[in-house]
Amino acid sequence: MNVVPMQFSKANHSVSVRDLTLSFGALTVLGNLNLDIHDGEFLVLLGSSGCGKSTLLNCIAGLLEPTEGQIFIKDKNVTWEEPKDRGIGMVFQSYALYPQMTVEGNLSFGLKVAGMAKDEIAKRIARAAEILQIEPLLQRKPAALSGGQRQRVAIGRALVRDVDVFLFDEPLSNLDAKLRSELRVEIKRLHQQLKNTMIYVTHDQIEALTLADRIAIMKSGVIQQLADPITIYNRPNNLFVAGFIGSPSMNFLHGELVEEGGRTVFRTNNVSFSLEGYDTSEMLEAGRKVVLGVRPEHIKVDGDLAGEEAHEAVVDIEEPMGADNLIWLKLAGHTISVRVGGARRYAIGAQVRLGFDMTMASLFDAGTEERI
Amino acid sequence: MADVSTLNTAAVGSDAVRPTLAPGPRGRKPKRVLSRRNIMLYGILGLAALYYLLPLYVMVVTSLKGMPEIRLGNIFSPPVEITFEPWVKAWAQACTGLNCDGLSRGFWNSVQIMVPSVIVSILVASVSGYSLANWRFKGSELFFSILIIGAFIPYQVMIYPIVIILREMGIYGTLTGLIIVHTIFGMPILTLLFRNYFASLPEELFKAARIDGAGFWQIYGRIMLPMSLPIFVVAMILQVTGIWNDFLFGVVFTRPDTYPMTVQLNNIVNSVQGVKEYNVNMAATLLTGAVPLIVYFVSGRLFVRGIAAGAVKG
Repeated sequence: MNVVPMQFSKANHSVSVRDLTLSFGALTVLGNLNLDIHDGEFLVLLGSSGCGKSTLLNCIAGLLEPTEGQIFIKDKNVTWEEPKDRGIGMVFQSYALYPQMTVEGNLSFGLKVAGMAKDEIAKRIARAAEILQIEPLLQRKPAALSGGQRQRVAIGRALVRDVDVFLFDEPLSNLDAKLRSELRVEIKRLHQQLKNTMIYVTHDQIEALTLADRIAIMKSGVIQQLADPITIYNRPNNLFVAGFIGSPSMNFLHGELVEEGGRTVFRTNNVSFSLEGYDTSEMLEAGRKVVLGVRPEHIKVDGDLAGEEAHEAVVDIEEPMGADNLIWLKLAGHTISVRVGGARRYAIGAQVRLGFDMTMASLFDAGTEERI
Repeated sequence: MADVSTLNTAAVGSDAVRPTLAPGPRGRKPKRVLSRRNIMLYGILGLAALYYLLPLYVMVVTSLKGMPEIRLGNIFSPPVEITFEPWVKAWAQACTGLNCDGLSRGFWNSVQIMVPSVIVSILVASVSGYSLANWRFKGSELFFSILIIGAFIPYQVMIYPIVIILREMGIYGTLTGLIIVHTIFGMPILTLLFRNYFASLPEELFKAARIDGAGFWQIYGRIMLPMSLPIFVVAMILQVTGIWNDFLFGVVFTRPDTYPMTVQLNNIVNSVQGVKEYNVNMAATLLTGAVPLIVYFVSGRLFVRGIAAGAVKG
C-alpha cells in the first residue's frame, strides 16, 4: 500500500490540543490528549457513544472548561477564551435552531449580537443562502422546514460567522439514510469550496471514511489511531480499530505463530496459514499468541484463486445484499465472512476453497492487542 | 421505471385472490351508548359535579334574593324576585366594624399587593431558574436543595421572625412589606418550576447561542423567554390565585386600612350588627372569588394555546 499523506507545513496548525485533560470529579473523560489539526484539514473524530469525542469538540468550542491542558486555534492560546472569541462555528445534531426566529433571524442572530452593520449582515446572509441554496426559505420558521433544510440552515449559521474552524457534532445523525448520504456529499463539496478547517464528530464510519482527510478513532478518551482513511482501513493500529472500522466487520482468528518448514506460519485449530506477503518490521517469532484479522473482501474464493495456498470451507449462511453477496463459512472451527460479487450464489453446505490475501491482512498480539 | 411498476401491480393483481367477506363481525366493533360502564362513569362524574356545584348554586341564588325571601328558609329555591342590591351593598356599603365602604377598598388593596408580587416573583424566579438550569456554578445544586427545603417549612414557623425583620426595616404593616413576603415565599416552587422547564429545553440551543456570542441576559431575553410562554402562564396562574387567596400573610402583615380582600371578607361576614345579611355575605364571597375564577377561565385557554405555540420541534 502506497499512501501518500497530504503534506502540511509544521507551522500551519489550525487547531492544536495539548495535554488536554477533562474530568468530572473522579471520572476522567479525556486524559492527556494531544491533537494537531492542519490548516484546511477535514478531521473526523470517530468513536462509539461515550468515547469522549463530543466532549473533545465541546472543549475546542469553549463550551466545556478543560481541567488541564491548552487549546490553540490559529496559533493563539484560546484556553480561557469565550466560544464567540475563538473563531469557530458549530453545527449540532439537533440543529439547535431558534424556533421563534425565521431562518433569516437564525442566521443573523450572532451577527446582530456582535453589533455588525446591517448591510454587511445582509451581504453575508445572501452569500450563505446562495452557497447552501436556502434562499427561498429565509422567511420561514424552523418548524416549517424539513430535517435536511434545518441542517442546512444550521450550517449556514456557522457559515455567516466567517470563521476559520467549523465544528460539526454528529450533524447528520437525525436524518434518514437517503438525506444523510445527500448532505454528506454536500458537506464534502462545501469543504472543497471553502477550504476551512473542519472538525467533524460522528459514530458513523461511512461518514468518517468518505469525508475525512484524517480520522482520529477514539475509545475511552484516548485516540487509538490518527491517520488517513485508507491507512485506518487497511493498516489498523490495534484490534479495536480493526473491529470498529469496516462493515461487515473484519474476521478475527485467534491462534499462534509456529515454525513450520523453516518459515513462521499462523496456526489455529491445527490449520496452518502461510504469512507470505505480510508486511511487518517486527520479528515474527514462533510461540507468540496472535490474532489474524482479514477483511471479508480480502478473501479469495474458488475461481479467484491463482495457485496460492487455499483451505477447505463449508458455506453456512448466505446474505445477498444486491451489489455484494456476503457468505458465512465454517473454516477450521471459526465462522468467517467473505464478500463476493452479487451475482455469485452458493448453496448452503457447499464446499469451497478460500485463500487469504496476506498483503491486506492484519496481525495483532493477543495480549497487547497491538498490530505486529 | 413506469412500465416496471405497472407490470408489478398487474402481477400482484393476478396473484391475489379477491376475497369475499364471510358473514359475522367486520370493521369497527359497535359500542353501545348505554352500557353499564358508561352509566357508571357518567353517573359518578355527574354526582361529583353536582356535589361541587351545589354550594355555588346556593350562593348565587341567595345573593340574588332579598332578606324577606331568605327568611322563608328555602335555600335551594330560585329567587322569586331578582335583586342586585346585596351585590352593590357588598361592594360599596358593607361594614367591617371600622368603616362602611364595602369590599371595594379590599379589592384595590389586593390588586396593589398582587400585581407587583406576581411580576417581581416571576421575574426573579425565572432568572434564577434559568441560571440554575444553564449556568451551573459551584454549589448551585446545594443552593437549589436549600431553596427546595424552604418550600417544606410551615409558614407559621416563620411568621414571628418575619414580623420582627419587617419591623426593624420599618416596613411592617405596609404593602411593600407584604409584597416582599409574597415574593420570597413564592420563590421555592417557582424556581423549581422554571429550572425544570429550562432544563427540559434542548441544551444545544443554549450552546448555539453561546457560540453566537450571546451573553447571560441576551440568551435569557432573546432565546429562552420567547420559548417559555407556557411556563410563564403556569407560574402566573399559581401566583395570582395563591396571592389573591392568601389570608394568613394578609392578616398578619397589614393594617386595617391596607387589608387585602380576603381579610376584609372575613371581617364583613363576622361582624354582626343586628340581622345577619346572608345575601350580602354570599355576594361578597362571590366577588372575592371572582378574580381567581376569571384567571382560571381566561388563562386556561391561553395556557393551551401557549403549549401549542411552544410545541415546536427544532
